[in-house]
Amino acid sequence: MKGAVPVFWKLLLVIIVSFNGLRVHADTTQGHLTISAPFEFSSLDPTQHGYLFTRMQILETLVDVSADGTLEPGLASEWQVSDDGLTWAFKIRDGVVFHDGTPLNADQVVHSLNAALQKHGPFRQAPVNTVEAAGDEVVVQLNQPYSPLPAVLANYSTAILATDAFGEDGQVNTLIGTGPFTFVSASPPHKLSVQRFDDYWGQPAAIESAEYLTGHRSESRALQARTGQADIVFNLDPVSVTQLNRVPTVNVHSDLLPRTILMKVNSGHDFLNEPEARQALSLALDRTGISRAILRTPGAEANQLLPPSLANWHIDDLPPARQNKEEATALLQSLGWQPGDDGVLTRNGERFELTLITYADRPELTTVATAIQAQLADIGIDLNVSITNSSAIPAGHQDGSLELALLARNYGFIADPLGVLIADFAGESGGDWGAMNWQHPELLGLIESQQSERDVQQYAQTAQQIARILADEMPLIPVTYYTQQTAVNDRVSNFRFDPLERNYFLNELELAQP
Amino acid sequence: MRQILVNRLIQALMVAWGVGTLTFIFMRSLPGDMAYRIAAGRYGQDNVNAAAADMVRAELGLDQPVLSAYFTWLTDLLQGNLGVSLISGAPVFQEVQHQLSHSLLLAAVALLISALIALPIGIACGMRTGGWFDRSLLAVSALLRAQPVFVVGLLLILAFAVHIPLLPVAGYGTASHLVLPAFSLALVLAAVSSRVIRDSTQTVVQSDYYQFSRVKGLPAAPTFQRHGLRNLSVPVIAFLGVQLITLIEGIVMIESLFAWPGIGHALAHAIFSRDIPMIQGAALMMGLLFVILNTLIDLACHWADPRGQLA
Repeated sequence: MKGAVPVFWKLLLVIIVSFNGLRVHADTTQGHLTISAPFEFSSLDPTQHGYLFTRMQILETLVDVSADGTLEPGLASEWQVSDDGLTWAFKIRDGVVFHDGTPLNADQVVHSLNAALQKHGPFRQAPVNTVEAAGDEVVVQLNQPYSPLPAVLANYSTAILATDAFGEDGQVNTLIGTGPFTFVSASPPHKLSVQRFDDYWGQPAAIESAEYLTGHRSESRALQARTGQADIVFNLDPVSVTQLNRVPTVNVHSDLLPRTILMKVNSGHDFLNEPEARQALSLALDRTGISRAILRTPGAEANQLLPPSLANWHIDDLPPARQNKEEATALLQSLGWQPGDDGVLTRNGERFELTLITYADRPELTTVATAIQAQLADIGIDLNVSITNSSAIPAGHQDGSLELALLARNYGFIADPLGVLIADFAGESGGDWGAMNWQHPELLGLIESQQSERDVQQYAQTAQQIARILADEMPLIPVTYYTQQTAVNDRVSNFRFDPLERNYFLNELELAQP
Repeated sequence: MRQILVNRLIQALMVAWGVGTLTFIFMRSLPGDMAYRIAAGRYGQDNVNAAAADMVRAELGLDQPVLSAYFTWLTDLLQGNLGVSLISGAPVFQEVQHQLSHSLLLAAVALLISALIALPIGIACGMRTGGWFDRSLLAVSALLRAQPVFVVGLLLILAFAVHIPLLPVAGYGTASHLVLPAFSLALVLAAVSSRVIRDSTQTVVQSDYYQFSRVKGLPAAPTFQRHGLRNLSVPVIAFLGVQLITLIEGIVMIESLFAWPGIGHALAHAIFSRDIPMIQGAALMMGLLFVILNTLIDLACHWADPRGQLA
């Protein structure tokens, strides 16, 4: 209790001192761009919120990705892999300097990658043995062949920082990167400011500075776009899109993302362990209604897991997924389900009752979940919808309690979807965000061979085989694809959207003079 | 006076212990795996999985027994250490200080504006109760108080940021960013406090001592100044304490609507991601803030009402 009195005075002091934290200033720079999006950041560590720092072009990765998903040289000018697929050598690009003026070299890259290896992320999950510098190359030694490695090195969590950005404890203290913009200030989770870096090795930026603002509510963001207080506003909600389309100074861009809304199914559950049962659930869904009425993105209906933008992994000739309640009912009847007194199907005295969990981080999921609840009720399935935190899905997968989940899976999280598919389907009981209690020996074999495949044509062929098995067996039930809606003020030119959400391409933007 | 301060100091210590303990118990009782929640807060929805949860569990020692975790927190608190945020890794003290500065500014400006609105309106209505002005203001007050504060905020945005583009929709950094959130809170506060001031004014104006002052020939203005203001202020100041609760309730929603980086918004997000040290730090600070403000209100009442001083 003795120490409690100083604590009280200390807390009192906080309240008084906290007034000093207030600074009122206005930014009226002509070449200043304001971006608003819902993504909060709480740390400067690239393994946590690096996506924001690569999007704002402060940090860059060894490997880059073009709009069509092709891997391109980034801070590594080229790379090669040994014949056994275990040794990868990345040549570091010449003439690149960090924002503090120090030149980029292999040692700094190794330091950054080893830091990423200590933390959670796809690089740590890859079979990496060592990362070492060898002259102007960075050599990554693997424990087993892993063809998505360059794609993993395009992920934000492997962004390269100068060694001086790290503190003695290994934590990231500041952002010293190589991108066309330098870090100015961050007020997590609300604001990030950047300024043009004149010594950038690539295309220098035209705009002088930019600011990222976290807009928590979609209504507020839409109004920021409408009033011109934000130049670019990401993640508009469907209602706002309709309104903003009527505003003459705003252009709304709609871009398909490699993200799919899908139902994760516990294939070990007594009611769901037959493929026919999962097919029935899929046939009951009115995807067109969900796309048009809820998401307001007609044509976003998903007939398979991976969207058309991931061409290798998408089956072009697969028929569209249409609602067919009669066929769904017939399939369930063939499995022994019969309507009970209350209209809910029963089998051996058990009601066809399931719980679907979803999360509110993506507000549309909750609405889609209730639509699915109504659609499954039409074929006699009693669905309870439970809205919780997104982490309940991997937790429910691990403890086996999950029955159904509605989620939005980002197949572009790693530029090569193979990285995500390994995580989702190659585990012993599937994957936290993928299949559950479902294994397919042929699929496992194909995924394994794909990891050491270096022939481009064979790679595409195997990818098609994998996609076909997933479409037939339906361990996950695809619902719709995601469309990113972005409002761009007409004073901004050269805007383009990165479907993999790695980059805002600020250095390509130009602002019209008032 | 000294007794008030001693009592409040003891209350502050109890609040610090009580709030921290209750948040600890509540957070531990919530369903769901803490490690997964924290991992989701740190790494985002696309990147949370069992491996992330395992790393978080090992790093933060979440497997240690509940009692042991509680006593670790209590010992740290007694040493003035609020810990570090489980999500950002930054000291809670530093984070709360930053957020509280914004919330205090917003709250202070909202209270000031509400006083500027409520005092003249309440006094004017109280002087002539039952008149058209009084009845109209009653309707406006009821209408405003019936709205959730974010609806008032949205209406103000539509009026003064969209249709008449005078002020920013959301954000912070300039004085103009403060206007709409502060007015949203102030209008809701003034809706109630104006009625309390009105009732208090009416009671004073109809009291014997007030009437006697008028009868003995003192003009209206000096009567009100000498016998009205101080007497009506006692219940009004006391009511301010009650209003602080409305203010704290409202500030959570308003900060979210206007993207204002305050403690209410931070607390809500800390709860979603089970950032227990942040929740405890923010709740502790808000609890102590209540005690401090109530102390100030007690002192103001003590000054305004000489009966307490005599006792």
